[in-house]
Amino acid sequence: MKKMGLIAATAAMTVGLSVNASAADTLAAVKERGFVQCGVTTGVPGYSNPDDKGNWKGMDVDVCRGIAAATLGDASKVKYIPLNAKERFTALQSGEIDVLSRVTTWTLTRDSSLGLNFAGVTYYDGQGFLINKNLGVKSALELDGASMCIQSGTTTELNAADYFRENKMQFEPVVFDTADQTVKGFEAGRCDVLTSDQSQLYALRIKLSNPNSAMILPEIISKEPLGPVVRQGDDAWFNVVKWSLFAMINAEELGLTSKNIDGKKNSKNPNIARFVGAEGIKGTGLGLADNWAYNIVKQVGNYGEAFDRNLGMNSPLKIERGLNALWNKGGLQYAPPIR
Amino acid sequence: MSDSAKVTDTLLPDLPPPANSTGVIGWMRMHLFSSPVNALLTLFTLYILYILLVPSISWALINADWVGDNRDACTSGGACWVFIYNRFDQFMYGFYPEMERWRIDLTFGMLAVLVIWLMVPNLPKKGLVSVLTLVVYPIIAYFLLYGGSFGLEVVETHKWGGMSLTLILAIVGIVAALPFGVLLALGRRSEMPIVKSFCVVYIEFWRGVPLITVLFMASVMLPLFLPGEVDFDKLLRAMIGIVMFQSAYMAEVVRGGLQAIPKGQYEAAQALGLNYWKMMGLIVLPQALKLMIPGIVNTFIALFKDTSLVLIIGLFDILAIVQAGLSDPNWLGFSVEGYTFVALMFWVFCYGMSKYSQHLEKRFHTGHGAR
Amino acid sequence: MSSDANKSPSASQKTRFWHDPAKRAILFQSLLVIAVLGFVGMIVQNTLHNLESRGITTGFAFLSQEAGFGIIQSLIDYSESSSYGRTFFVGLLNTLLVSVLGIIAATLLGFIMGIARLSNNWLISKVASAYVEIFRNIPLLIQIFFWYFAVLRALPSPRQSLEPIENIFINVRGLYMPEPIYGDGFGWVVAAFFIAVVAVFFISRWSKKRQDETGQRFPMLWTAAGLIIGLPLLVYWVMGSPLTWEAPVLKGFNFRGGMTIIPELAALWVALTIYTAAFIAEIVRSGIEAVSHGQTEAASALGLNRGKVLRLVVVPQAVRVIIPPLTSQYLNLIKNSSLATAIGYPDLVSVFAGTTLNQTGQAIEVIFMTMLVYLTLSLLVSAFMNWFNTRMALVER
Repeated sequence: MKKMGLIAATAAMTVGLSVNASAADTLAAVKERGFVQCGVTTGVPGYSNPDDKGNWKGMDVDVCRGIAAATLGDASKVKYIPLNAKERFTALQSGEIDVLSRVTTWTLTRDSSLGLNFAGVTYYDGQGFLINKNLGVKSALELDGASMCIQSGTTTELNAADYFRENKMQFEPVVFDTADQTVKGFEAGRCDVLTSDQSQLYALRIKLSNPNSAMILPEIISKEPLGPVVRQGDDAWFNVVKWSLFAMINAEELGLTSKNIDGKKNSKNPNIARFVGAEGIKGTGLGLADNWAYNIVKQVGNYGEAFDRNLGMNSPLKIERGLNALWNKGGLQYAPPIR
Repeated sequence: MSDSAKVTDTLLPDLPPPANSTGVIGWMRMHLFSSPVNALLTLFTLYILYILLVPSISWALINADWVGDNRDACTSGGACWVFIYNRFDQFMYGFYPEMERWRIDLTFGMLAVLVIWLMVPNLPKKGLVSVLTLVVYPIIAYFLLYGGSFGLEVVETHKWGGMSLTLILAIVGIVAALPFGVLLALGRRSEMPIVKSFCVVYIEFWRGVPLITVLFMASVMLPLFLPGEVDFDKLLRAMIGIVMFQSAYMAEVVRGGLQAIPKGQYEAAQALGLNYWKMMGLIVLPQALKLMIPGIVNTFIALFKDTSLVLIIGLFDILAIVQAGLSDPNWLGFSVEGYTFVALMFWVFCYGMSKYSQHLEKRFHTGHGAR
Repeated sequence: MSSDANKSPSASQKTRFWHDPAKRAILFQSLLVIAVLGFVGMIVQNTLHNLESRGITTGFAFLSQEAGFGIIQSLIDYSESSSYGRTFFVGLLNTLLVSVLGIIAATLLGFIMGIARLSNNWLISKVASAYVEIFRNIPLLIQIFFWYFAVLRALPSPRQSLEPIENIFINVRGLYMPEPIYGDGFGWVVAAFFIAVVAVFFISRWSKKRQDETGQRFPMLWTAAGLIIGLPLLVYWVMGSPLTWEAPVLKGFNFRGGMTIIPELAALWVALTIYTAAFIAEIVRSGIEAVSHGQTEAASALGLNRGKVLRLVVVPQAVRVIIPPLTSQYLNLIKNSSLATAIGYPDLVSVFAGTTLNQTGQAIEVIFMTMLVYLTLSLLVSAFMNWFNTRMALVER
């Protein structure tokens, strides 16, 4: 068919520039291209959300910036590709993005049958319920017969169904395409409950015109470890993404922040010296510059800084560290040592 | 005057019509209260209009706030157009870098000049300008918008958005679909059975499925169809989907135009010894294309409205960008203003184009007599 | 391709070959077939390769797996433990439901508006034309959003439900109505209804024949109404009212029991109706205008009133012009119902090409099935409307 051939040919010509190699060596491709392609949400405050200048902000965004700082030495060299829940995995599989950092839950199915690898956990989350205060409900077990707003295509949809079945309760699922619409449906009173990962509930709650009218129920009905995802079969890139995240966590543990890291460059503390690339294996094993970890902390900050800025007390969301505190402070965030 | 002047040899002027059939009252009697049923209908309609229009107008215009920097400027209880005012640039240009926005202005400015040239009836060199618009202009527009050469900075397509993206999608959809549409229409009217059936299948397939599934296909499946090392931009994938979809509709418009050309024209061309392509290219298509313009404008309107669907695959067209703006914590609760604005933008464009197309239809109609 | 003809002057054989339209057609078509097959083959090969190398599961086995998610509205039995295959049918039926409702309502509203545009009442015709110009020039998606959120905003919460008629409740969760519970012997009532319909069919044939022969008119409308309503009612009474109603009751958060029209369906229905009716109104108007004015004048001269002129003279002739474009509006409506996904009405695209696709990750199979459904629906509707059109054309002659 001549016409289709023509389409393909013209298309290929017009985008000569945007034809990318998605072959095995992502790290080399990223270095050659000069920027990291990062899949993010179409807008969840605190995780990835464009501000009014169109700059992407959020925890997931900071992970991408960290990867860019490590690989290219410049945290701003990221191309953000907003994806909805449906497209995210195909976008990664097809090579449209290098890393998916988009509130994605690590599950067995996703890790094993989609050709993907999860590179770590940026946020330990669990599914919860957001409910209107004036309903007077105190526990999720009182929700029998409630209408529930859910975002489609997520693990949430399945968890909710499981939870209600398990507790012999009924519910009415009202399924929306995007987080924004889910909130609007909840706000309009279409449903009694909004269910999503608990952190997102905080993010979505500030999207209500009166955030104080809604509360989050104490129950957490699932484990939702969220983290960056890469394609299977490219171990070098897998390592880079994994260790970019670890570096942010280690930096917090070592007390390195974007403000003080310059002053500690010549520190005698061997852990810090290894971190900033003055001693030890440096960046060779990862195929990165020696100061890769320094660049991350200098330009993006450590895990705690990113958390506070986007999700924690310095953000409108005001989420407690909880499970996401460092392991030595009662949380689960634990990174293998850099040595 | 004497009362004897009853006979006259000049024509007396007509008496004025009875007072109740002229002027405002007469007009109302004729057009609004011609029968009891009509009178009731009129009053009922007036009542409904009163209920609907008065609050809307006072909300949108009289009690509205127009300028300011943040939501505190909205105090009067009506519409808060400050929201639109503050984000207007973003709604128009998306995330296109501020320094480079002149490129979008220039691109659409050039297009406006070309299109107006084509629309105003008495300007010369229409043929040359059409070629310029359809062939040269898209290339210039591509380099202007995307950049990457002539010293222009590259602006990645993920930064494109807003009204300009909506227009780009619609225009690319139409311009690129036109040649495919012509080929498909010719194929469908061809006497070669395989060519014909192939074109029929192609056209009916794309006309039978909703655009939204086509966009899903383009965004989710297309990457799987291509060899592993090739990867298209998301915007480009959406465009491919739209063009494939649109070319089927275009083919039907072209077919309509071809059918309107009398058989004598074909026969005369063949009698002159022209081969198929010459007959089509020199005799039939030039006449048919002119007749197709209203149809093309109508499909363009349909496509223009349909581009709002790209929001479902995560491109930031004007609807999507307004929705994103609506979820900004600083500007919560202005969805009515946001949607009204988008609706108004679309309406102005579509209404303008449909009036133009109706005007053309009338012009062609009188020009050609029966069609 | 055929223009290459002049470039080969050396071989006279070949020149003759190029100039033989029959042979040229064969060559051209074989090239096309090869190109198409090659292209399709390339796509299939790429796809298979990609699926395999990326470790993506393929095949239709997922259809029998347990779905595990809930669907708000289903015309057939469905629960979380039903299969993915069942979600397909649930979605399909929901699509059909909203399409049929939309087609009926849009046709009615479209005809009313189209005729209103031609009204001699200036205000009515202006309002109708404003309606057409406003609603057909705004994208359907925006209208759907508007109706959905406007409707939701205007309605009260379940505890403050409106109750316009006893046991019918309206609130933000939908319209709740009592559900009929059929007792023993209700089958007879249904049978009576069908008998009445069949009887009406034969009586109408007889009355038409009699009118053709003798010119006498038979009060068909009243007879039909009497039979179709009266007969089942009579049987219903004889059988001892074998029908009870189960009223919805407020329990906890929501009403339980009874039948519900969810707001997603209402909003989608309203939006599809209003949008499509604007196009249908234009089609009806131009159809009626296409009937020559002499016909109307002649009918008026015969003493028919305006209603009868429309019903007996104008509309039967206009219908012939109206049907083809009306068909494509029906097809558009069916296809546009896929926008349901934007507001969460569980139609085929939302349930199957949305949630199911996402939970299984099998994009190719799911999208393929979805497109096939729409294609089949389109072909069926076109076929039916073509049949109807030929019938109308014959009747007219």
